[in-house]
Amino acid sequence: MVNLREVRETNKMIQQQNLDVRTITLGISLLDCITDDLDKLNENIYNKITTTAKDLVECGRKIEAEFGIPIVNKRIALTPAALVGGSACKSSDDFVTIAKTMDRAAKDVGVNLIGGYSALVSKGMTKADELLIRSIPKALHETDRVCSSVNLASTRTGINMDAVRLMGQIILDVAEISKENDSADCMKLVVFCNAPDDNPFMAGAFHGVTEADAIINVGVSGPGVVKEAVAKVRGEDFEVLCETIKKTAFKVTRVGQLVAQEASKMLNIPFGIVDLSLAPTPAVGDSVADILCEIGLEYAGAPGTTAALAMLNDQVKKGGVMASSYVGGLSGAFIPVSEDQGMIHAVEAGAMTLEKLEAMTCVCSVGLDMIAIPGDTKATTISGIIADEMAIGMVNQKTTAARLIPAYGKKVGDSVEFGGLFGYAPIMPVNPYSCDAFINRTGRIPAPIHSFKN
Amino acid sequence: MQKSVITVVGKDTVGIMAKVCTYLANNRINIEDISQTIVQGYFNMMMIVDMEKTDKPFTDIASELAQIGEEIGVIIRCQREEIFDQMHRL
Repeated sequence: MVNLREVRETNKMIQQQNLDVRTITLGISLLDCITDDLDKLNENIYNKITTTAKDLVECGRKIEAEFGIPIVNKRIALTPAALVGGSACKSSDDFVTIAKTMDRAAKDVGVNLIGGYSALVSKGMTKADELLIRSIPKALHETDRVCSSVNLASTRTGINMDAVRLMGQIILDVAEISKENDSADCMKLVVFCNAPDDNPFMAGAFHGVTEADAIINVGVSGPGVVKEAVAKVRGEDFEVLCETIKKTAFKVTRVGQLVAQEASKMLNIPFGIVDLSLAPTPAVGDSVADILCEIGLEYAGAPGTTAALAMLNDQVKKGGVMASSYVGGLSGAFIPVSEDQGMIHAVEAGAMTLEKLEAMTCVCSVGLDMIAIPGDTKATTISGIIADEMAIGMVNQKTTAARLIPAYGKKVGDSVEFGGLFGYAPIMPVNPYSCDAFINRTGRIPAPIHSFKN
Repeated sequence: MQKSVITVVGKDTVGIMAKVCTYLANNRINIEDISQTIVQGYFNMMMIVDMEKTDKPFTDIASELAQIGEEIGVIIRCQREEIFDQMHRL
């Protein structure tokens, strides 16, 4: 039977250290909605979402009340729209109608974000993929809750440089269309290498074609809990430090596993995975950068950061894997800039640069996340940054991503304000030298040699 | 059998236990275990209760207990036991 000390420890994590379930994400397959009639397609999509997800928000509230653990977000991930709309959509505007349907359905069931306005183009683009990609600026601007992602590369297929080049321009277009709002639409668009099919986190969540009809994926979070635990072993050796992180990650993940099972039972939808990520928020004490500082760095970004992050990431996985029966998604530490107070401080102090962030993405999940860059950055430069990030993912057989915000009209020294969970971000300088000739080559970068394993 | 954990944290005062226990008895909730400490004048109590015989939904009980807590100036939480079990037991 549980004892008073354990009860107090758990409740302290929840109340003082921001332990929460970051998201319950319901993945829904739209493959059975496909038809060549656009109106019918939109009707099918709306009906499928609103039927499957009708109890999702209520279920989240109930779990919150029964276990006393906050569930911050309830979200939906859909089959990539380029696949679903391929037959009915003859133009980019046709695809925008799907985005609007997704948005309407998301509002009606009460989820705060809906993902899957996506295309998977790691080797080549179909006509539908290209139409969807070109529709992204308008789709994101004319909706509130739709998130978009594009998979540009994978270890097995290499990097689709034509798509990388196109996305550089699309990201700039998204920034321009939402210029009144600090280019905030860019937060809802992410590009990937090796995108996971079962990622519960936005903006990159979509429901992969390998998945069942509907599935529950859960993302837990607890940077504050890990930081507190690490603070208790200040000055101890690495063995003690690693054990501490591992045990803490185990406890945090157990909560995710419990919530996932409970949600699965309540909604009668199978449990997919728990994502073991340390996802920060702008709240004080809910920062991954603060953990790095507690490990022994003056600022995140100081020499030693990559090693400290590699160790943190690995211990989180080691502790978490045993705590859940199915682990998936991205799993690791997230290092978004604008959503993490400690990262913002590091950037403001000049300790953190884009290049250091790139190095950090080699050893942790995701990649260059929520990074504001000058609005006059060239499309080819953005494509170059993306290509570098894709190459890291491709060669290291891991997921990497880029969510860049070329803030329209802003330059280094300014900052952008997104509010809420998205925080604010100082504009970071970008290497000014050109990669035009490289990016303007057409075709794709071949898969690396270690893809020939079978 | 549905077990839950009720925790009461706050400044020590007369009648905290009486209020909570009366509420539980009125709602046919059985107390299986109680432990409490007072740390620097702060009352820390944990009860493990069995809610099988009560007709009220869990969420109502949790919010009514929280309400009682507000009236006497302490924080009362009611959570299902599994969250603690999962976290601390293999």
